[in-house]
Amino acid sequence: MSHTPVETHPVFGRLRWDSIPWSEPIPIVASVIVGAAIVSAIVWAWRAGHFPYLWREWITSVDHKRIGVMYCILALVMLLRGFSDAIMMRAQQAIAMGNGGFLPPHHYDQVFSAHGTIMIFFVAMPFLVGLMNFAVPLQLGIRDVAFPTLNSVSFWLTASGALLVNISLVIGEFAKTGWVVYPPLSELRFSPGVGVDYYLWALQIAGVGTLLSGVNLVTTILKMRAPGMGYTRMPMFCWTSLAANLLIVAAFPILTATLAMLTLDRYLDFHFFTNEAGGNQMMFVNLIWAWGHPEVYILVLPVFGVFSEVVSTFSGKPLFGYRSMILATMGICLLSFIVWLHHFFTMGAGADVNGFFGVATMIIAVPTGVKVFNWLFTMYGGRIRFTTPMLYSIGFMCSFVIGGMTGVLLAVPPADFVLHNSLFLVAHFHNIVIPAVLFGAFAGYEYWFPKAFGFRLHDGWGRASFWFWITGFYAAFMPLYILGLQGMTRRLNHYDVPEWQPWLLVAAGGALLIACGIACQLIQLFVSIRDRESLVDETGDPWDGRSLEWITTSPPPIFNFAVLPNVEHEEAYWSLKERARETATLSERPDYVDIEMPRNSPTGIVTAFFASLMGFALIWHIWWLVGLGFLGAWATFVIFAWRDEAEYEIHADEVERRDRERREAKARLLKIDDTPGEAMA
Amino acid sequence: MSAHAARAGSDPHKLGHGEVPVSERGPAPKRIVVSYGFWIFLLSDFIMFATFFAGYAVLVSATAGGPRGADLFELKLVAWETAALLLSSFACGMAGVAAMARNIRWFQIGMAATALLGAAFLAMELYEFAHLIGEGAGPSRSAFLSAFFALVGCHGLHVALGLIWLTTMMAQVWAKGFRADIERRVQCSMLFWHALDIIWVALFTVVYLLGAGAAA
Repeated sequence: MSHTPVETHPVFGRLRWDSIPWSEPIPIVASVIVGAAIVSAIVWAWRAGHFPYLWREWITSVDHKRIGVMYCILALVMLLRGFSDAIMMRAQQAIAMGNGGFLPPHHYDQVFSAHGTIMIFFVAMPFLVGLMNFAVPLQLGIRDVAFPTLNSVSFWLTASGALLVNISLVIGEFAKTGWVVYPPLSELRFSPGVGVDYYLWALQIAGVGTLLSGVNLVTTILKMRAPGMGYTRMPMFCWTSLAANLLIVAAFPILTATLAMLTLDRYLDFHFFTNEAGGNQMMFVNLIWAWGHPEVYILVLPVFGVFSEVVSTFSGKPLFGYRSMILATMGICLLSFIVWLHHFFTMGAGADVNGFFGVATMIIAVPTGVKVFNWLFTMYGGRIRFTTPMLYSIGFMCSFVIGGMTGVLLAVPPADFVLHNSLFLVAHFHNIVIPAVLFGAFAGYEYWFPKAFGFRLHDGWGRASFWFWITGFYAAFMPLYILGLQGMTRRLNHYDVPEWQPWLLVAAGGALLIACGIACQLIQLFVSIRDRESLVDETGDPWDGRSLEWITTSPPPIFNFAVLPNVEHEEAYWSLKERARETATLSERPDYVDIEMPRNSPTGIVTAFFASLMGFALIWHIWWLVGLGFLGAWATFVIFAWRDEAEYEIHADEVERRDRERREAKARLLKIDDTPGEAMA
Repeated sequence: MSAHAARAGSDPHKLGHGEVPVSERGPAPKRIVVSYGFWIFLLSDFIMFATFFAGYAVLVSATAGGPRGADLFELKLVAWETAALLLSSFACGMAGVAAMARNIRWFQIGMAATALLGAAFLAMELYEFAHLIGEGAGPSRSAFLSAFFALVGCHGLHVALGLIWLTTMMAQVWAKGFRADIERRVQCSMLFWHALDIIWVALFTVVYLLGAGAAA
């Protein structure tokens, strides 16, 4: 099993011409198509003269709304990549009964590792961070996050990690170890290629981005709320975002340290997790799940917030049990740190330890149950509008409880001994991440899209995509429960049990249904942009919303609010709307003052450029480029720190003009006369 | 009224219990926001160190037949390291006082002393590392030594990055004076430096004192 030492060229490191997998058609063809698409998009944008606009308004933007949108675009693009991996796996398992299928094992192993890594780190995370970035400052009634430029750096570092994962498709290979790279398999001795190194550096770079974004949002929520918005007046999405970002701040450093240890093992011959010299593999498993379980709640808590907003808005009622929801959220936040061992009951920690973690895991079902009942009671007696986001929310509630139940089942250590590492487990966690995390992200996407762009998404295509997604989900994953109970383990490349094949064919059919759902989403986006005039949102409040993001225009001005709103109730915007309806007047015209906004900055993209260079160089042992990348990143920060004008002013007259338009639209919405002079308290 | 008066009596400065609670007074001033955010970052950094500490605790006896801490650690050298680092924190504090007094010269002197003491610490640490590796007790020798080098090295790396940051701040103050944003950055760099001290106190105790004491 020993490997021959690889030569390191002074200029190219370990990079060789044959590092590119010329003989494998799938990655080569895929990357040629994607590469051609990217190049033609760039050429088109350049020719059409869109580059200055893109550079000025998006790439260098430090506006939380723009950054949020870019996070979501990154997530949607990576969803296509992660899903094509999923289709390949389902197709492989559907046909590989008694034969090798079409994916050789070393390729199949990369596919399932990349699928997990991409879906968690580059789809779910950016999607949710994007929604939080976009909506949290608006809901808090403020103008931006605490550290706008840092926010841009965070986004571009995440994009940089995604770039490295995609580069691994063409240059070299990706990890063949599963998405949590357990040693000793991931050690140099058993994984001598660059696959694990791609994983490590992509995640480290994106992880820095995530951590900084967590620091940013925690500070924003705790220190920057509009006047009057005490903790118990924050919208539920802000509460769940706070909990998720606290978890990011507390859990991601564990991942950083753990991956650093594995990196030291692989690069500098350390012995944290090796078979030799006292290394301890189970320490890796403990550490990675000490991050990994909170990570589950980093993903799911924000979408609980989205569902809370959506259910309350479309039921036309305040959220039922607001304070119990806060308690449940923070309870989950704490409990998520004391259950990590349920990911490896079979380690042999003994009955007492397994018992403790089993019970702790089951206890999490209690606050989660509180939440489900709160959503149900919010709907009860409400006048429900079955819009696409609401459909996703109801689909979530029905499906999530099944995933929750199988989770409680797996929390019983003896049951886990039977089911661990089987497709039952795969079915369980997809039953959580698809109906909860993905549906929540989609609900948030549909719900806040009009706020971001000023027009709604087409409802018909949205509904179609929802029905394909939910039926596809059931068809793809319910058979996996059965297969798990029949004893099929996860990550099998091929098998010789004929009884399994029918279920795997059904699962492949489910994946095709999901493909139709994704196609509907793409068509929906296209149709909505084409028909944006008829889908336009003139009032800034298309759903009859209840929180502050709906008080401003769609899309909001760069400064969000002409004056910071004064919050007096739990549902800040709803109470203002009610009062305006009762008194038939809008609130008094405020005194407008000049607004200071942060200037745009290329710091984010330049830092990410150097970080990508550094990551690539580290993967391929190109040491001079590592030094250059570090120096470049440091120099970028120094140049940024040296600038003299960090902010620019928007004149009060301009602010007033923009706000007058907003007030006119609101007056029309509420059927109120708002001619100047007559508006009084 | 009487309840209100009683409350005002027990809280004469209305620390959070004035007419409007702190949580409802709107966005905090930038100085508060920046240092608060940096504290959150520091807490996350502490958690990263905690992970390395945990790794060290797990692997401390996994010496693979190689040397233990008691065979390797020279407490005299570590005492000098500690002295250099703690004194550098004192100098850093003095630089902070000078910054508050808007005294650029004493600020630069304080920062220069901080940086020199920090560099001295780093030099001693590198000497210790080189010495250990020369003795055949490098990180590849055993899991215990891997954990030791990673934990102590992680702290050393932080000190090195802190030095780059401190000197950059000296240059910035020299070029631009105490502008509000530069002052906030200086404040954060000082928080960072003091945080490294806190880590070192834990490291000194857990790794060196307990490690050397295990022999007795």
